[in-house]
Amino acid sequence: MCPERNCPNCPGEENRAESPSKRRLLNVLLGGSVLAWLGSVLYPMAAFLLPPPSPAMRERSVMVGTVNEFANNSGTLFRLGTRPGILVRTDRGEFRAFIAICTHLDCTVQFKEDESVIWCACHNGKFNLQGMNISGPPPRPLDPLEVSVRGDEVHVSLPA
Amino acid sequence: MNQDGSTSIGRRLYRWLDERYHLNDLVAFLGSKDVPITRMSFFYYFGGITLFLFFVQVVTGILLLMYYVPSADEAYESVHYIMAKVPFGWLIRSIHMWSANLMILSAMIHLVSVFYMRAYRKPRELTWISGCMMLGLLLAFGFSGYLLPWNELAFFATRIGTEVVASIPLVGDWMAYVMRGGEDVSGTTLNRFFGLHVAVLPGVAALLVAFHLIAIQRQGMSKPTEWLNKPPEQRRRMPFFPNFLLRDLLLWFVVLNFLAALAVFFPAHLGEKADPFAPAPAGIKPEWYFLAQYQVLKWLPPTIGPFDGDSVGMLVMSLGMLAVVLLPFLDRTPEGGPRRLWLDLVATLALVILIIVTVLGHVLP
Repeated sequence: MCPERNCPNCPGEENRAESPSKRRLLNVLLGGSVLAWLGSVLYPMAAFLLPPPSPAMRERSVMVGTVNEFANNSGTLFRLGTRPGILVRTDRGEFRAFIAICTHLDCTVQFKEDESVIWCACHNGKFNLQGMNISGPPPRPLDPLEVSVRGDEVHVSLPA
Repeated sequence: MNQDGSTSIGRRLYRWLDERYHLNDLVAFLGSKDVPITRMSFFYYFGGITLFLFFVQVVTGILLLMYYVPSADEAYESVHYIMAKVPFGWLIRSIHMWSANLMILSAMIHLVSVFYMRAYRKPRELTWISGCMMLGLLLAFGFSGYLLPWNELAFFATRIGTEVVASIPLVGDWMAYVMRGGEDVSGTTLNRFFGLHVAVLPGVAALLVAFHLIAIQRQGMSKPTEWLNKPPEQRRRMPFFPNFLLRDLLLWFVVLNFLAALAVFFPAHLGEKADPFAPAPAGIKPEWYFLAQYQVLKWLPPTIGPFDGDSVGMLVMSLGMLAVVLLPFLDRTPEGGPRRLWLDLVATLALVILIIVTVLGHVLP
């Protein structure tokens, strides 16, 4: 066999050496296998980074305390499942509760007695006792929770 | 045989190495490099200072690793143990903290001086971009390292930081989920940040530092326009090796002493242990290099048109940073070309605003 590629003296040699369509097919096959191989390497790594959803108990209701534990014009943080909640007692003695996570950037809010507002210390966002965002950067009201007083126990639950 | 035995051994060792690795070529190359002397020359030292502080971080970081435990239950206690019980633990951690802050400051001064000297211009575009990437990396080091003591401030700073990431359109929620390792900042987040801080970021940083230094050696120092405009006989220069390098070393020595003084007189604090069910403490603020973003996030209204205020703010700030990274492609004047005055004006204005907003972020309640 002639060692030169596309040798003019050897008819048929050019077909053997450089067939553009054959070369393209080989490139596609080779490139495709490299991509598939890369995918099979990278996919498990990317999937490994995503933690499986935790089987955290989604508590729907919690007993926060007894009525006389909460003074008028005060706020108390409590735990509802994996999230913090805030129970507020207004100066008229009414109870209200919200998820205590600021709707701006996720900080945990607190009750500010001197202004009777729910306050986020991170960026100075304020909510009134209906949970409405009234000043600062929070874009939405706090997520409300339901309060029920059974006997002298104060229960808070996720809205149905 | 030489009178001084050690010199003789040194020379023989050098000859042995030179025979195998051709060190003479390298020495000749180093000897040919020089540094232009201008009234801005002092700023040439900030790149070297940043590098030195990076070495300090590597050494103190490795030492801290000997005692630190990366878990939500024990991280705070282990840092407390380092501060209270381990001999010189307080010193090592305080130096790590101060060196991190000074390194970011020094990198920023380096970036600003390179801008004013127009050293980013062709052919040094990639050196500039790698430098910008390293500054971003330093901020990522700062952000991830801040969480590791698992204290109150760190916990909320991480919640805010990752929530800011979540405000990026389309991919933000997914990115925040991966960063946090779940819906909320938890022990999983601490593990991820630890891995990032001690393995991923140092690896990437080592590659970028190597590229940055090789690029500078390969292309030589940029010649400032005002220096090039002088007649050749008035262009003063200094050999890099050993004159400039010795000055570098002397300055590193001064910086190390300054660092030790800062660590002794203003040691690092630990604060209260993080409690995911406690409110964010009053007066919570980020480190100084994130104060400007923090203040802007505080000022922004809840919504701007149909969009969330903080998303718009982050978008504008990201575009600003992108403009800085792509600067060599926005100002295409080659080395030694005329200065564009408008660029100086815009950059100076942006810098002044950044400093004012940072100061306001610090002083405003």
